Amino acid sequence: MRYAMAVDTKKCVGCSDCVVACQTENNVPIGYCRDWIVEVTDGTYPQLEIEIRSERCNHCENAPCVRCCPTGASHYSDGGTVLVKKYHCIGCGACIASCPYDARFPHPEGYVDKCTFCLDNRVKKGMDPACVSVCPTKCLYFGDLDDPRSPVSQILKKRKYKTLIPEAGTKPHLYFLI
Amino acid sequence: MKTSRRQFIKTSSLYAGGLAMAGSGLKAASGLLKNLGGNVEGLSRTPTYCEICFWQCAGWVYKDDDGRIQKIIGNDDDPHCNGRLCPRGTGGVGMYHDEDRLKTPLIRRTVDGKQVFEEATWEEALDFIAEKMKSVAAEFGPECVVLFSHGSGGAHLGHMLKAFGSQSISAPSFAQCRGPREVAFLTTYGDIVYSPERTDIRDSRCLVFIGYHLGENMHNGQVQEMSDAIDKGATIITVDPRYSVAASKSKYWLPIKPATDLALLLSWIHVLIENGWYDKEYVEKYTFGFEQLREHVKQYTPEWAYGITTIDPNVIRRTAKEMYDASPAVIVHPGRHTTWYGDDTQRLRAVAILNAILGSWGRRGGFYFPERVQFPEYPTPAYPVPNRLPTEAYAGKYNLANEVVSNGICDATIPSVDSDCNFKVWLVNGTNLMLALPDQKKTLQAIQALELVVVIDTMPVEITGYADVVLPECTFLERYDMVRVSRHREPTLALRMPATEPKYHSKPGDWIARELGIRLGLAAYFPWKDMEEHLDWQLKQVGSSLEEMKRIGVKKFPRQYDDLYLHEGEDFFFNTNTGKIELYSTDMEEEGFPPLPVYTEHEQPPEGFYRLNYGRAPMHTFGRTANNPNLTDLMDENTLWVNPKVANLWGLENDQYIKLRNQDGIVSTFSIKVRITERIRWDSVYMVHGFGHDNKKLSRAHGRGINDTELITNVKIDPVMGGTGMRSNFVTFVFENDNAGEEVEA
Ligand code: SF4
Ligand code: SF4
Ligand code: SF4
Repeated sequence: MRYAMAVDTKKCVGCSDCVVACQTENNVPIGYCRDWIVEVTDGTYPQLEIEIRSERCNHCENAPCVRCCPTGASHYSDGGTVLVKKYHCIGCGACIASCPYDARFPHPEGYVDKCTFCLDNRVKKGMDPACVSVCPTKCLYFGDLDDPRSPVSQILKKRKYKTLIPEAGTKPHLYFLI
Repeated sequence: MKTSRRQFIKTSSLYAGGLAMAGSGLKAASGLLKNLGGNVEGLSRTPTYCEICFWQCAGWVYKDDDGRIQKIIGNDDDPHCNGRLCPRGTGGVGMYHDEDRLKTPLIRRTVDGKQVFEEATWEEALDFIAEKMKSVAAEFGPECVVLFSHGSGGAHLGHMLKAFGSQSISAPSFAQCRGPREVAFLTTYGDIVYSPERTDIRDSRCLVFIGYHLGENMHNGQVQEMSDAIDKGATIITVDPRYSVAASKSKYWLPIKPATDLALLLSWIHVLIENGWYDKEYVEKYTFGFEQLREHVKQYTPEWAYGITTIDPNVIRRTAKEMYDASPAVIVHPGRHTTWYGDDTQRLRAVAILNAILGSWGRRGGFYFPERVQFPEYPTPAYPVPNRLPTEAYAGKYNLANEVVSNGICDATIPSVDSDCNFKVWLVNGTNLMLALPDQKKTLQAIQALELVVVIDTMPVEITGYADVVLPECTFLERYDMVRVSRHREPTLALRMPATEPKYHSKPGDWIARELGIRLGLAAYFPWKDMEEHLDWQLKQVGSSLEEMKRIGVKKFPRQYDDLYLHEGEDFFFNTNTGKIELYSTDMEEEGFPPLPVYTEHEQPPEGFYRLNYGRAPMHTFGRTANNPNLTDLMDENTLWVNPKVANLWGLENDQYIKLRNQDGIVSTFSIKVRITERIRWDSVYMVHGFGHDNKKLSRAHGRGINDTELITNVKIDPVMGGTGMRSNFVTFVFENDNAGEEVEA
């Protein structure tokens, strides 16, 4: 089982609903976020393009944050998700420095936090992650890459996609449909 | 006239002791707070519908074991949201948690020559208002009491006011927003577009947006359906001087010169007719005045439009063909905020005509026929017949307006020799008139002339600073309201019930209206025991009950009257003078306006000035959400979009803060952060509306960004329906050492 997410940049409107829904679902303190929106404008008026991406931890298959964690707090969990055991985390920040995607932040309670794919609180109960189930444009697709019928496998079969900073060799599990 | 000027009270109030008031009326919410099923993960849930915007999505409020509200999630059965709230609705919890909320009634008093707010009990505040309303009504008639409202409180207060004998009820959402659209469609089709809009976007094959930035304005169902339409390969055509998010999803973006949209629309009609690209059968069967239209638009060639709009004639032809190829599954979207240049009803008439000749009204993928449940009112005595109607405030004008014109009321409040129609009391509920009405000077003049200003709101928005009495209303999460009876593809009802008890000393709107009503001797109009009994009675008349609605939140009903779309060859009577879709409007003609839309030229910015355009951000509902802790976390100030060429010319840098001065010398109170972007034309600047609050009690919103309304002083009134055109204002940049112009009160 390999959990993954695809983000349709052709449909995302950058509304940030995924960000608020994650905050209220996961009690992320105000001022912090586990997911965020990136908007890239290209060209000059009036020959323009924008790409809007809802970003979060890539749940990398080859995760530098896990490799560099001195306590083992950062680890691979079910379906290849990368999680942090908050009671083992000493807040040293090595993982924050090692992540090419800036996906982690120091939680005010002293540990490092990031996207969990809502693994324990939702996915294991058969629900989609909070961001996926709230998105008004239904542009987020989640599921198991090893299951050809999962929404994420289906959409990746149909559409062109890319990953971010592939040269970092992290093998990200977050795909952007282009 | 008042002897002492009503000063804007900015800062803290005087504290009086003993605020408790025995809870008469509403038996709080106790007993409703227990688990109602549908629990997940130890959270209990209660139904509501969202109040953060007019879309009123139904959802569930989840609380933990300590009764703390955790999250609000859309109701899967609700056609307004399909289980997905927008970011404002998801962040709606912030409205409840906001520690800057109005907490207790306040009464303006003069202490040592200084005006201050003194905390009061509900009894004191309501007695004070009732006494004043009675004495003013005795002298001037009850009609001199006005209610301005936005949102759910209006139903309760409106009922109270009608019982009192006044029909003077107005919402800025008409003359400052969607009015031109409703009047244009009413004169064309004999029916309006409604909220939520009756647009069949999900099945549309071609969507045309004229300055309508869907996706940035988060009109939930429509945003969802736009995404469905993208999935199905619909062609999107966006006309906007700014590269909006919708433009970025479009096959065609037409970067039009601002204020020339009508020229493009007329030339599209020209192209469609000249090429025979219209629905001949439909036009023949359902419309009136096609020949006059054909003659009229002969002059509006794409080449003519090119010189005005800067849009390539071939693009005009190609996009017209796209519309025709998709027809009748095409929507030339009427938009929502349509008060732009003062000839807005005519522009929207052109939109209505385009849809008519493409045959999209009443067709799949065009505009459907919405339906609602016939939902009875709780029986109360008939309202007294008022001696004068609010429309007398602007007698002889705006006869086609189908709702009360707020600025007409505001103008008539200012004493003048031409009018004996003075309003003496304003009740203001859920609308921050200082930001909603353009031309603030006039609003202030009107306020100074009033005998009593009462503001009923959840937040200390600017208008509260001018109130004589401030009443803290509780949020939608803490109250019952009227059942949402919505008009949609499928008729539905939705329940809002309290998830928790009102915080601080705030009270629900129904309680406020009733308590005031009782003090005005109108108890007979409030015969129900409480809201539960009121709602239960109504629900039982349609075969449901409060108990059922608490469990399901949303109930769907079968359609009873007509179908969603016109049938092949169906005879249909349109509610217009001719019974047809009036391409040629007999209403307009009777009122002395052009029966077919005529292009008129609008002002362009003088040298060194840029048109001030404004719009929405998906995480905010104008000023209403600007202090919401969850939503300010996403966006806490607006920015000024400036084209790089303009930035170069003025030496502007990204993230620099700058003030603006408009054509009338008005300088913004605060500064705004510059955002240099290719997404805006060089002749205009852009900002999101609803920022630049100057009430310090709004701790997160105060001083963040610029309030566009204070720069909108050149208001173009639409002679057809009284709308306030707000897009003919031009601004230039003010640098630190530049003191030209008049500073507005900080
Ligand atoms: S909720 Fe969906 S549309 Fe909105 S920003 Fe997130 S991914 Fe994009
Ligand atoms: S995105 Fe960053 S935090 Fe997430 S798994 Fe990869 S390296 Fe680790
Ligand atoms: S569109 Fe958003 S703010 Fe408006 S009612 Fe729905 S959830 Fe609330």
